Amino acid sequence: MADIDAAGAEIVLPKRPNPVVGVLKSFLLVRESKVAMVGTAILVFWVLIAVLAPVIAPYPPTQQVSEMRNAAPGTPVPAGTALISFTEQGVAEIPIEGTYWLGGDRLGRDVLSRMIWGAQSVLIYAPLATFFAYMVGITMGLLAGYKRGWVDDVLSRLGDVILSFPILVLYVVIITTFGASGITIVLAVTFASGPGIMRIVRGLVLDLRNRDYVAAAQTRGESSLYIMFVEILPNARGPLIVDACLRLGYTTITIGVLGFLGLGLPPPDPNWGNMIAENREAVLTAPHSTVFPCLAISSLVLALNLLADGLREISLKD
Amino acid sequence: MADVTVLPVSIEPKPVGEPVLEVEGLCISYFTRAGEIPAVVDFNLTVHAGEAVGLVGESGCGKSTVAMAVMQYMGSNGRIVGGTIKFKGRDLSTLSTEELRQLRGSEIAMVYQEPMAALNPSMTIGRQLMEVPLYHEANCTEQQAYDRSLEMLQAVRIPDPERLMTAYPHQISGGQQQRVVIAMALLTKPALLLLDEPTTALDVTVEAGIVELIAELGERFGTAMIYISHNLGLILETCDRVCVMYSGEVAEEGAVRDIFNHPRHPYTHGLFGCIPTPNRDKNTHPLTPIPGQLPLPHQRPEGCNFGPRCDFFEASHCGRGTIRMDEITGNTGHRARCAKWRQIDWATHDPAGQTYNAMEPGEVVLKVDRMQKYYPVQDRSLAAILSGRSVRYVKANEELSFEARRRETVAIVGESGCGKSTFAKVLMGLETATDGALVFEDAEIGDTEVQKRTKKQLSSLQMVFQNPNDTLNPSMTIGQQIGRVIKKFGVETDRDRIDERVLRLLDLVKLPRDFAIRRPRQLSGGQKQRIGIARAFAGNPSMVVADEPVSALDVSVSAAVTGLLMDIQRAFNTTLLFISHDLSVVRYLSDRVVVMYLGQIMEQGTVEEVFEPPYHPYTEALLSAVPIADPNVKKKRIILEGQLPSVMNPPKGCPFATRCQHRIGDICDELPPPKQEIHPGHHIACHIPSERLAEFDPVIQIAAE
Repeated sequence: MADIDAAGAEIVLPKRPNPVVGVLKSFLLVRESKVAMVGTAILVFWVLIAVLAPVIAPYPPTQQVSEMRNAAPGTPVPAGTALISFTEQGVAEIPIEGTYWLGGDRLGRDVLSRMIWGAQSVLIYAPLATFFAYMVGITMGLLAGYKRGWVDDVLSRLGDVILSFPILVLYVVIITTFGASGITIVLAVTFASGPGIMRIVRGLVLDLRNRDYVAAAQTRGESSLYIMFVEILPNARGPLIVDACLRLGYTTITIGVLGFLGLGLPPPDPNWGNMIAENREAVLTAPHSTVFPCLAISSLVLALNLLADGLREISLKD
Repeated sequence: MADVTVLPVSIEPKPVGEPVLEVEGLCISYFTRAGEIPAVVDFNLTVHAGEAVGLVGESGCGKSTVAMAVMQYMGSNGRIVGGTIKFKGRDLSTLSTEELRQLRGSEIAMVYQEPMAALNPSMTIGRQLMEVPLYHEANCTEQQAYDRSLEMLQAVRIPDPERLMTAYPHQISGGQQQRVVIAMALLTKPALLLLDEPTTALDVTVEAGIVELIAELGERFGTAMIYISHNLGLILETCDRVCVMYSGEVAEEGAVRDIFNHPRHPYTHGLFGCIPTPNRDKNTHPLTPIPGQLPLPHQRPEGCNFGPRCDFFEASHCGRGTIRMDEITGNTGHRARCAKWRQIDWATHDPAGQTYNAMEPGEVVLKVDRMQKYYPVQDRSLAAILSGRSVRYVKANEELSFEARRRETVAIVGESGCGKSTFAKVLMGLETATDGALVFEDAEIGDTEVQKRTKKQLSSLQMVFQNPNDTLNPSMTIGQQIGRVIKKFGVETDRDRIDERVLRLLDLVKLPRDFAIRRPRQLSGGQKQRIGIARAFAGNPSMVVADEPVSALDVSVSAAVTGLLMDIQRAFNTTLLFISHDLSVVRYLSDRVVVMYLGQIMEQGTVEEVFEPPYHPYTEALLSAVPIADPNVKKKRIILEGQLPSVMNPPKGCPFATRCQHRIGDICDELPPPKQEIHPGHHIACHIPSERLAEFDPVIQIAAE
């Protein structure tokens, strides 16, 4: 049999493209949509706030100054206020100065500082929970869509059962069973939104599995795992990335709601949901202590929705 | 434009009426982010009543844009930037939106490619048809509308039109749907009918019926027609005049006879060189693909658009300025946009040059013996469960028996639903055979799933797929995809050696090496299909299954891809199993042919045996249905009646009995046809004795020029 190696001139191998550069370049696509740019800008703003919290927060998030209870925004800390700390050398007085720019809450803590630190917890737990929900949802969706048959029946019915449960009841059950902590929040969100993600993935896979390149992979004896994760999944990424942005927004709200219901991170953790819950009684007399955390949640969710819209717009252009 | 005015109206090939449509100097551009993209430049056309004009060209040449401009329906980013379109003397650009709306559908009607998409699935056929006169005519009553709709359905020869009026679109076949769409377009007696690839989505035998209908329409209703198609054979059968478009311009226009017998423009000439007509042969008279590629609209060359691909290109003549349409023969309106047509002597020009020796078939590589593939279908109705018949079978393949030898090209021909793709799936191991034997290189593989096949079996049996946009994974580079095959089959293991082999494979399919780092979306359809071929040959296969590899490609691209496939086959001694519905291509490139209908083999033999009498009545009908782009070929017309029976419920006797034009009696309905051996290797499954079959007139006769 003739072999192709017999013919042909000198072979010069082209440089292999760097995969990292490719991924970075695809991030630049965001520039093609103004909406996505606005979303990205707000998102980057909050990420910077969270990362720089220890540097930019004027006060520790749990530091209470009794004179500053429900203080209006812009109230300066009265002169002579000091934090009394007990050390081995005796009692030390550390003077507290400056201004509560966004006012104080019902315990006299600085709302601005708590919001800045609160960004950290939401930007850790919302992506973490969404990520795990996606891991589970993608795996289940790929299996159900690619394998079909009884695998599909079992997984889809399981998903239907979970989805038919009232979602808040589901959260309450999970979190009261395992206790309120960051890990249970991740677990609860994964459990509640996994089936929804599975449905989306399954739908995409049902279309993609009939493509000729999948048949080509099958005819060269690739394993199901390879076909599902290498041949099919990357081609479903467009709709999934858009959906992930939206879902990240929902998870942000969910974490806020859980905090509000007292099911989130235990106090005195400065997360936004807790802040709203703790200060809701003073909502008429000192609205600033609830309004600013609300705005923070809204702006983050809005940013993610704008990003999702923009990405969808970009994906339709090509 | 000076050359427009000299178009002689009076000396057309047949007596014609008033001009219905006059297009002068039409220029259309699309405005995108990248700027203005001229889609059509300096387009001139006059269509008279009762006349059919064909617009032919490859995808992206602007033929559909012209049709849209005539309808004044350009989309948001398209605009007419120059010239006029006059319909019955009125300039369409001066009409208001309301006037245009009245014009569309009543005076100018259009028939689209996809009939199912043109019909509303939630309305009965009758309602949709009646809507047309009720909307366009002020004093039309329901009864009149009904009567006229019924009459029109009869005119487009739909059997049992009363019943059809109450049916929904999904209840009738694709061919009938297209007839309904044509009936709908004709209801208001339009002066101009635009047909945009009206038969591309249909099977050949169905297409033949529609083509015959269209050819009659002009005479019966005096409708002027513009027929858009990529298929020159269809144009020959339906049109009086033809415009050949290339890259947004008319390259050549004239009466059908002039263009087909004496093409003057090198592009038209090139197109004919790409079409597998009956006098072509892969060894002695191979196709001559046009070199190069269609330029992108914003990268058109200076001077003649076809220049870079033309054998006769001379920079001083063709490489600058605007090339104008030039009169070839003053009295028939034959004109070409070529600066050198006077100098080119087509009689002595012979681009074929290369010939090949016929290849001797070797030992048997694939032996199919009485192979069956049934799909169980669960019937969950109560009646079925009670009667114990809850499982029924779709007989996708019924007793297939044939052989393929080394170096041989075996074609499986048949219309959609005949089971040819099911056979490919069983062969590739994506399905397993229900019964019978499938022996490939001395190993039984009929019931071995693809996961259980050995690496050797996998690599020596590979496939080229039909749809170029589907065959490559869009998120991987070309190099990764070919490299994966090499690695998977263990041809090479070292990373650099794999990359090297990828580049050699790219050389093999005549693509630049830097394609290795490109992604599929940066490639054209033909290039993608070449990568598909490279991928199939990466593991040195002894047999390659090609499932309609060129049916989605343009003529000139398809000729090049076909040529490439055969070059590689010759170099590697590969057996090629070519699955197709297109008899022209099959005749051109295969050595032996298997004709399938409803899961059964109707006839098999060498190409010469199958394409000459005696043949099976179905083969005869197929041969007659394929349009041939050669005016010197005389063809017997056979239009099949009826529809393809359902595979769930096939006829008891001969599967073809319900549509057969030579049915001899009840025996056809009741008994399966005997397999008659005409010569060793040439089998026909038919009740008609072979002596009678031999007396049929040949369908295709090539007249001496």
